[in-house]
Amino acid sequence: MDATLTAADLATRPVTIPGLGRPLRTEEMVISMGPQHPSTHGVLRLELVVDGEIVVDVIPHLGYLHRCFEKHCEAMANYQQVIPYADRLDYVAAMSNELGYVIAVERLLKIQVPERVEYIRVIMAEFSRIVSHLIAIGTYGMDIGAYTPFLYCMRDREHVLDIFEETCGARLLYNYMWVGGLSHDVPASFEEKVKKFVKYFRPNIKELNNLLSYNKIFIDRTANVGVLPGDVALNYACSGPVLRGSGVKWDLRKNDPYSIYDRFDFEIPVGRGAKGTTGDCWDRYMVRIHEMEQSTNIIEQAIEKLPAGDVQSAIPRRIRPDAGEIYFRSETPKGELGYYIVSDGTASPYRVKVKSPCFVNLSALPAISRGAMIADIVAILGSIDIVLGEIDR
Amino acid sequence: MIPSEIAELLKARFGGAVVETKLEGVIDPWVKIAPDRIREVATFLRDDKTQFDTLMCLTGMDYTGGKLGVVYHLASTPLGHKITLKVDVPTDNPHVQSVESVWKTANWHEREAYDMIGIVFDGHPDLRRMLCPYDWEGHPLRKDYKVPEYYNGMKVPY
Repeated sequence: MDATLTAADLATRPVTIPGLGRPLRTEEMVISMGPQHPSTHGVLRLELVVDGEIVVDVIPHLGYLHRCFEKHCEAMANYQQVIPYADRLDYVAAMSNELGYVIAVERLLKIQVPERVEYIRVIMAEFSRIVSHLIAIGTYGMDIGAYTPFLYCMRDREHVLDIFEETCGARLLYNYMWVGGLSHDVPASFEEKVKKFVKYFRPNIKELNNLLSYNKIFIDRTANVGVLPGDVALNYACSGPVLRGSGVKWDLRKNDPYSIYDRFDFEIPVGRGAKGTTGDCWDRYMVRIHEMEQSTNIIEQAIEKLPAGDVQSAIPRRIRPDAGEIYFRSETPKGELGYYIVSDGTASPYRVKVKSPCFVNLSALPAISRGAMIADIVAILGSIDIVLGEIDR
Repeated sequence: MIPSEIAELLKARFGGAVVETKLEGVIDPWVKIAPDRIREVATFLRDDKTQFDTLMCLTGMDYTGGKLGVVYHLASTPLGHKITLKVDVPTDNPHVQSVESVWKTANWHEREAYDMIGIVFDGHPDLRRMLCPYDWEGHPLRKDYKVPEYYNGMKVPY
């Protein structure tokens, strides 16, 4: 493709055939991408309105994985029972979902949890971020045609899942964080394993960079594609790597700290347009790589300071918050996960609304896809990093 | 800015549009706005010195007793403050002004509130169902919702 021509120029340029006497007419066509499509990362259906190879509009259709999470919450007998359902929102980073929910309920109940619980929660949430980003990066490479990085990512992810499994018996859906505490204390070998992982993982990020991030083909496919300007991202309330990729330095762990995140020394990586324009797919991708480094730093600091104590001492016997409501947001790997919980003073919540970061980030997809090529839609969608469990709830 | 300053600002500017305020003794202080003035208020909050550039969350509520509601959680990235806006509407005529033109993120949130609770957002460009099938009947998050016996000839629950 001529480098000076943008996709929008191509869309308006008349296609001529010598001897035809008039420009060749192209008609708009509607293509259904998904719900069963490998690059939609689940059951998402995109209706693409295309003019030849150029995408005129994208219309997402959601709901294939809708399972009434919010209605279920209202029907639960108590607040603890919601936690396994919260796991299933963003099922590749279940610890982060639990963290948001339990902190929201704890604030509603006005209870303080022991230091040890806070530290373990932060370690788990950051592990969760690493796992989620590894999947995002691995599958993103695969979407674009790089198969090998996916295997490297899965290999590293396995080490974290082993730690999770040893701690709470589950590899994906943990039910580990409870309101007021944790379901189990960490095993005796935890500290050693975490330290070993940190040492093992750092060089692997460099390896991943060599393999994928600075690969010429990868950069060609992602730089200058799907550019999301910072002000548009804010207007769409995008969050997480999607917002930071657009150059907005906004991370709830720093800007609206919760738990004990204010005690750790870490940086907020933002996109700077190093390979193209600020806010393109490569920037969003690279933010995730840097976030894994920062998460490793947080884990390293937290494990050094991990205090002794009982992880179940603050678990309330009966959870019955006073009538009231809270909107609590936390920084999950995908972005700002918000729980709006309304209590009417009974044992089960009156209303739980989940503000899902993927849902919101995906709503910006049509705005950044218009004028792109069909193949770029795969790149753009992958760079947003969605999980349908959280979008459809 | 603290919530009481924001509430005072709104009262001074919009007078009767501010129906009720609750700023003390709650975790998230809120201001209740008349349903036919919400877009005006939202535009003001976004563009004026309050700089509420993001809508964190928009929730449809069924308060029962013939009352539905919409809850808006706003945040400002440059200033770091937050405020909650609320709107109440009667169940038999649930019309609220859409704020889609103010914050684009409201588009999908409003569609979800329409789908789940049945609140109609006037001025929304594309008010379709969001999570349920397009031909689904009823609004599942209403407290008096009954699951239909059949959907397109299929038994529910199957």
